Amino acid sequence: MTPVLELSHITKRFGPLVANEDVSLRLGQGEILALLGENGAGKTTLMNILFGHYEADEGEVRVFGETLPAGKPRAAIAAGVGMVHQHFTLAGNLSVLDNVMLGSERLSRIGSDRRAARKKLMAISERFGLPVDPDARVSKLSVGERQRVEILKALYRDARVLILDEPTAVLARPEAERLFETLRGMTQDGLSLIFISHKLHEVMAASDRVAVLRGGRMVAERATSETSSSELAELMVGRKVQRPVRQDHAIGAPVLQAERITIVEEGETRLEDISFTVNEGEILGIVGVSGNGQGALGALLSGLMAPTSGALRLNGADVGQLGPRGLIAAGAARVPEDRHAEGAVGEMTVWENAILERLRSAAFSRFGFVRRAEAKAHARELIQRFDVRGAGPDTRIRLLSGGNMQKLILGRCLATGPRFLLANQPTRGLDEGAIAAVHEELLAARAEGAAILLISEELEEAVQLSDRIQAIVKGRLSEPVAAGEADARRLGLMMAGVWDTQDAA
Amino acid sequence: MIEALDLLMSESLWAAVLRIATPLIFGVLGALLCERSGVLNLGIEGIMTMGAMTGWLTVYLGGDLWMGLVIAALAGALMGLLHAGLTVPLGLSQHVSGLGITLFASALAYYLYRLIVEVGETPPTIEPFRPYAVPVLSDIPVLGPVLFTQTAPTYLALVTVAVLAYVLARTPLGLAIRMTGENPHAVEAQGLNPNALRVGAVVAGSALMGLGGAFLTTAAFNSFFPEMVQGRGWICIALVVFASWQPGKALVGALLFAFFDAYQLRLQTVVEGVPYQLFLMAPYVLSIVALILVARRAEVPEALMAPYRRGER
Repeated sequence: MTPVLELSHITKRFGPLVANEDVSLRLGQGEILALLGENGAGKTTLMNILFGHYEADEGEVRVFGETLPAGKPRAAIAAGVGMVHQHFTLAGNLSVLDNVMLGSERLSRIGSDRRAARKKLMAISERFGLPVDPDARVSKLSVGERQRVEILKALYRDARVLILDEPTAVLARPEAERLFETLRGMTQDGLSLIFISHKLHEVMAASDRVAVLRGGRMVAERATSETSSSELAELMVGRKVQRPVRQDHAIGAPVLQAERITIVEEGETRLEDISFTVNEGEILGIVGVSGNGQGALGALLSGLMAPTSGALRLNGADVGQLGPRGLIAAGAARVPEDRHAEGAVGEMTVWENAILERLRSAAFSRFGFVRRAEAKAHARELIQRFDVRGAGPDTRIRLLSGGNMQKLILGRCLATGPRFLLANQPTRGLDEGAIAAVHEELLAARAEGAAILLISEELEEAVQLSDRIQAIVKGRLSEPVAAGEADARRLGLMMAGVWDTQDAA
Repeated sequence: MIEALDLLMSESLWAAVLRIATPLIFGVLGALLCERSGVLNLGIEGIMTMGAMTGWLTVYLGGDLWMGLVIAALAGALMGLLHAGLTVPLGLSQHVSGLGITLFASALAYYLYRLIVEVGETPPTIEPFRPYAVPVLSDIPVLGPVLFTQTAPTYLALVTVAVLAYVLARTPLGLAIRMTGENPHAVEAQGLNPNALRVGAVVAGSALMGLGGAFLTTAAFNSFFPEMVQGRGWICIALVVFASWQPGKALVGALLFAFFDAYQLRLQTVVEGVPYQLFLMAPYVLSIVALILVARRAEVPEALMAPYRRGER
């Protein structure tokens, strides 16, 4: 195969940090290459060098045999490289056509040939099977549609090499599968692709070849057909990673009970007549396609929403109307769905975040003053006990990687020995090593008798961790099934809303 | 009451509306251009003062009126370059820099004026722009005296509205400027330089503000005095919001405000027993009401006031 793209001996340093060290990579015509690595392995940096967002300290980039000048996205585009950024570079207030056209015409042109642009866009859209409405405002589009616009933008500039940075990070499974089908189709048209990922299953399913980055170095290259998930996992993390296995043990008395709860908000029914019980030492998994009421369920169990009817009992006491602070005082702990928005205050330090939920407790405040020494000592203890890396008590929490931030949030919850723990999408966006660590902590809490409610869109995770599983569909809950009886087919049916309802409600 | 309505029928009222609106049109277009690229320019009040002074001074020292406008625009552009330098590459607070420029430019304008011009009992005057009756068109009844018997800068302001509207909506440059105000990362990703676009937009916008100021001393009046901009710059900042960042609506906003102002001035003479201060307030109160009614739906450029640095999110 002729290389369409070649990176040779790329080194990039940010101050003392070496983001890429002597990385070389070749991409063949019509090939799909997966760039695999944990968060922070240097994948995005490497691709930003290739696209000209960053300048490499050493090494060079050749596209179709020509060396690219460093640090010039315009030159990369002209050479036929297109990049689909993980954080979309789109303007929400402008139309799809505006977003696609930007930069494609000389700025000194008196008029803009929108008719020709529209024609070209529609032709590309049809040819690659990426339907769009050119006049739609981008802010009105779904995430999947926005990604389509991002891809069309690159194709509109006649990209022959397409780089996709974590293209599935924002997509649900079925959408992701459709995306990879489209990408496969593009290679038939002569495009060559690199996609960045830390998800093993999609790398195995969608790539021809895999390059593994670890700590900024290229550690391995494999033909996808000649490797396996477990080998790649080991190469990526640098050691054998195994997700912990749930041990059977005796389940105790009910801790949290939801009795026929309905939540109506602004005239819309968010949850409809749901009932469940979480027992001592048990993990109850709630599975479902996102947007089926997980948000409302999480809000209910965090004290952010109150039941319109029905009752929520923690250790027998009605806690439905308590609000967040009351719920925490009653012994509930929460790992929220969006750790950046609800779990942590990015600009504040680790120690401040560590005691945020317990500011009023005597342990951390006296006469209205924060007991800083105690708070920092507590943060230090959490960092050590939960293996939070790259941080001290005074680090701003924004600077932590997703996995380490999540470990800290989980540690904050578990430090108090809660009776009940809500774990809402606890491993979303984390890499294999961090997932294993989070699973380990959840199972340890279970072994100590905590009642845990796990909301997850990853079926594999739900089955591995849960004792019992219920599916959430359109705000309603299925009957629970024991983990042992939960095969893929049965769960699939449950998530589609097909379950045997005993009561004819 | 009948008299108050009669006022609405007078040609002189409507001619005055256009005259009063002219500096506002330049100012609001300038502010709009800056903000469309993502930079709030609160230097406007000072930049207009600077334009008023330099435009007048050029004529006073022997330049012709058009030369005065050119110099005023250049002075505005220079102040804009200062604001852009502080807020775009350096990424400083746009509020602080803008207010600083207003204080600096206003003071500098008056200082230079006192340094160069001998002021006696009354301020020295120049021969300003005279209304120019456009042949044929000015003979149209009603419309002629209102629209086509204005001074040259007023015609220039109306043309500028059309040009800016066209550039923003219909040219690749306009799209790039708008995109810079929405998401500079997108501009960079498409191979353009968002900071260069911002500096350019702020400099050009500030030149328009300078023209707005110059209108006051070379067409509306014939002399310069320090407080003459009288908050018009601030009105322009509000009008940009009223206009939802669109040149056409900005024209409507400027005319509306000018109408309130012209009408209250004339009402003072026919309505008795009401303190004139209340009339003076009316245009501002009505502007706020209009702003509340219109601006709630306005779409703010998403990256307005967010400095852009390469390689950072």
